[in-house]
Amino acid sequence: MDQSAASGALVDSIRIIGFLCNWCSYGGADTAGVCRFKQPTDLRVVRVPCTGRVDPLFVAKPLIYGADGVLVSGCHPKDCHYAVGNLYARRRLEVLKNFLSFMGIDQRRFRYTWVSASEGQRWQQVVSEFSETIHAVGPNPLARK
Amino acid sequence: MRIGVFVCQCGTNIAGTVDTEAVARRAMEYADVVYATSYVYTCSEPGQQEIQRRIKEMNLQGVVVAACSPRMHEPTFRRAVERAGLNRYMFEMANIREHVSWISTDKEANTRKAMELVHMAVAKLRFNQPLFSSKVPINKRVLIIGAGVAGIQAALDCSDGGLDVVLVEKNPSIGGKMAQLDKTFPTIDCSSCILGPKMVDISQKENVTLHACSEVESVSGYVGNFKVQIRKKATYVNWNACTGCGECVRKCPSRKAPDPFNEHLATARAINIPFPQAIPKKAAINRDYCLHFTKGKCGVCKKICPVNAIDYDMQDELVSEEVGAIIVATGFDLFDHSVYGEYGGGRYPDVISGLQYERILSASGPFGGHIRRPSNGREPRDIVFIACVGSRDASVGRPYCSGVCCMYIAKQAILTRDHLPDSNCYVFYMDIRSPGKNYDEFVRRAQEEYGVQYIRGRVGKIYPRGDRMVVQGADTLLGIQVEVEADLVVLATGVEASAGAGELAEKLRISYDQYGFYMESHPKLRPVETNTAGVFLAGACQGPKDIPASVAQGSAAAAKVQALFARDAIETDPQVALVNERTCVGCLKCIMVCPFGAIQSKTLRDGSIKAEVLASVCQGCGLCNATCPPKAIQLQHATDNQILAELNILCA
Repeated sequence: MDQSAASGALVDSIRIIGFLCNWCSYGGADTAGVCRFKQPTDLRVVRVPCTGRVDPLFVAKPLIYGADGVLVSGCHPKDCHYAVGNLYARRRLEVLKNFLSFMGIDQRRFRYTWVSASEGQRWQQVVSEFSETIHAVGPNPLARK
Repeated sequence: MRIGVFVCQCGTNIAGTVDTEAVARRAMEYADVVYATSYVYTCSEPGQQEIQRRIKEMNLQGVVVAACSPRMHEPTFRRAVERAGLNRYMFEMANIREHVSWISTDKEANTRKAMELVHMAVAKLRFNQPLFSSKVPINKRVLIIGAGVAGIQAALDCSDGGLDVVLVEKNPSIGGKMAQLDKTFPTIDCSSCILGPKMVDISQKENVTLHACSEVESVSGYVGNFKVQIRKKATYVNWNACTGCGECVRKCPSRKAPDPFNEHLATARAINIPFPQAIPKKAAINRDYCLHFTKGKCGVCKKICPVNAIDYDMQDELVSEEVGAIIVATGFDLFDHSVYGEYGGGRYPDVISGLQYERILSASGPFGGHIRRPSNGREPRDIVFIACVGSRDASVGRPYCSGVCCMYIAKQAILTRDHLPDSNCYVFYMDIRSPGKNYDEFVRRAQEEYGVQYIRGRVGKIYPRGDRMVVQGADTLLGIQVEVEADLVVLATGVEASAGAGELAEKLRISYDQYGFYMESHPKLRPVETNTAGVFLAGACQGPKDIPASVAQGSAAAAKVQALFARDAIETDPQVALVNERTCVGCLKCIMVCPFGAIQSKTLRDGSIKAEVLASVCQGCGLCNATCPPKAIQLQHATDNQILAELNILCA
């Protein structure tokens, strides 16, 4: 983290996409912001109604075309605003995760997790850890072709 | 499309760490953007007027506001653009406050990030389509789950407003925890004397349907039109016939049934009426203790019942109710103090919970209102109260303050000194939290007028010595160890979420926090709404609360329901799935994944099968969209093209 923050050029080149469900994780990220929990600036958030809306294509495409990491975050299982949307997401994304290396993508570039609207601190932790991982993995080689 | 971009400075909230002028200048370079500016408070009246003026002046067809979270101000700005003649869905927000300016102080990185977020919003907006709501009628009945004081207040207010109320209570009687209390702080009102009339009101209101001994089985539908299944548990007594005379209770030979109303300080008969003021005042059989069910003999109650109400063959019954709104008032449970091994882990009969002591104090309690030790029935002389048992203690997973314990032990100590003037009362506390009207004065009265000894410090251990209990603790003000020999120890057990809270939340599709308390829509500005339209919260199910706050929230929830029902129809959210019949292949996978049964199949004239969305049932989750193989079903306002447009900006 400290290392990456020091070298501005690297920070500049890292880009992480986050798919956040409107009801839990987007709220959690808002809570983290309201509480002024400092986070890395690599993340760009796409708001979706539910993680069940996330087509595996939305994860695969950016990883093929240039993003360095993709994070999907939704409501905790059993706390989904749409009852079961996150369970469908979990199945789909788990399959996708196992498929990434077949596509020549480092599995570490993708993570899915659950953060509720009240868990600002947990969100800070998730973002920081994932950002750290991506910085360790480095820029996406597929992007620079 | 002609797009205008408004970058909010939010005073210095955003402008302090983001160069909003630079963000606006850059925005002018994005496709279709014809106007971009930075404004100090975009959400203010002049800020909104500025947007409206520019829409007209520049002939804008779409607007992007880069400001706070859309969860905060999206509705505000949607209304603003609508007033200027745009469709409210020709608007996008970029969150550059919660997600940018407040989480990093690196102005350069923040500005870059803000620019990209604005670019994403512009890219999405280019694919936006005007959407239009339709209207659906409202069923003006309300379901209230839980009939403690919050639920009762909500039910009475709704009923007074002329609404039909369906009130569901899990226990055989309404009243909740307040019915178990002896007196209430800070007035020392008799609890059942102030709650009782409200309970009687419930039973006498013609527009209130009470289902006691019942639980919500399932909930479907949406705001204005919920369908609810209620399971009425078998009581083995026909309540239509039962008069509550209590003859069966007096003659029942099985005397060892648990008595939850008296917090298990006494036992009850297998057929029982929980307390004299119970509403409905009807008997119910506990199957596990009834000799008819356990041994296959007896049948005394059936023989003796003057109205022939006993029905051993009774089964659970499912009742369907249709309502337009739901108020959840399921209350709380008491923290289980047996977790504290150092306080005896629940093994010592003379170490009791706050609610148990409440029953001991109560005239309808196990000792008829005389203070006695549960172990030997003798009057105690030295009584120790221990605060924060299961509150403000992260080691037992309860870091929050329960809010009521400081007050109820002050009340119990005052009552103890009233009942037994020769007794000595000690209170071990961490801090005294008494922030209500007349609350702090009340605690002072306990100390100054009633001579209750307050000792600031935690108790480390409780153990028996002879037939008394030794309480070992610290006095952190004097910096010494303290040891008190007590006849009775009352633990100020804290408040926790009720046991079935999570399960019910799943049925209602509302959220709860890590402790199981239901989440309000906004912690300050929407304290009784949930994120599910038409579902409201009242009382301690939302967080620890005292009686005045629970009653206030019950009334507030009732007011919200009446505001909702003041209209005859509600506008539906047009952000729903839509099928393109030309590309739909009729695989109907969408029907299988839809959690709401909002999709059905239809056969066209040429015999081909297509999916069809029932717009009023669709909740807009987009599961079908992600599932559909040919992407024929698209979630409006979050279509594949819209999301991919956002991603394209980040892949460039």
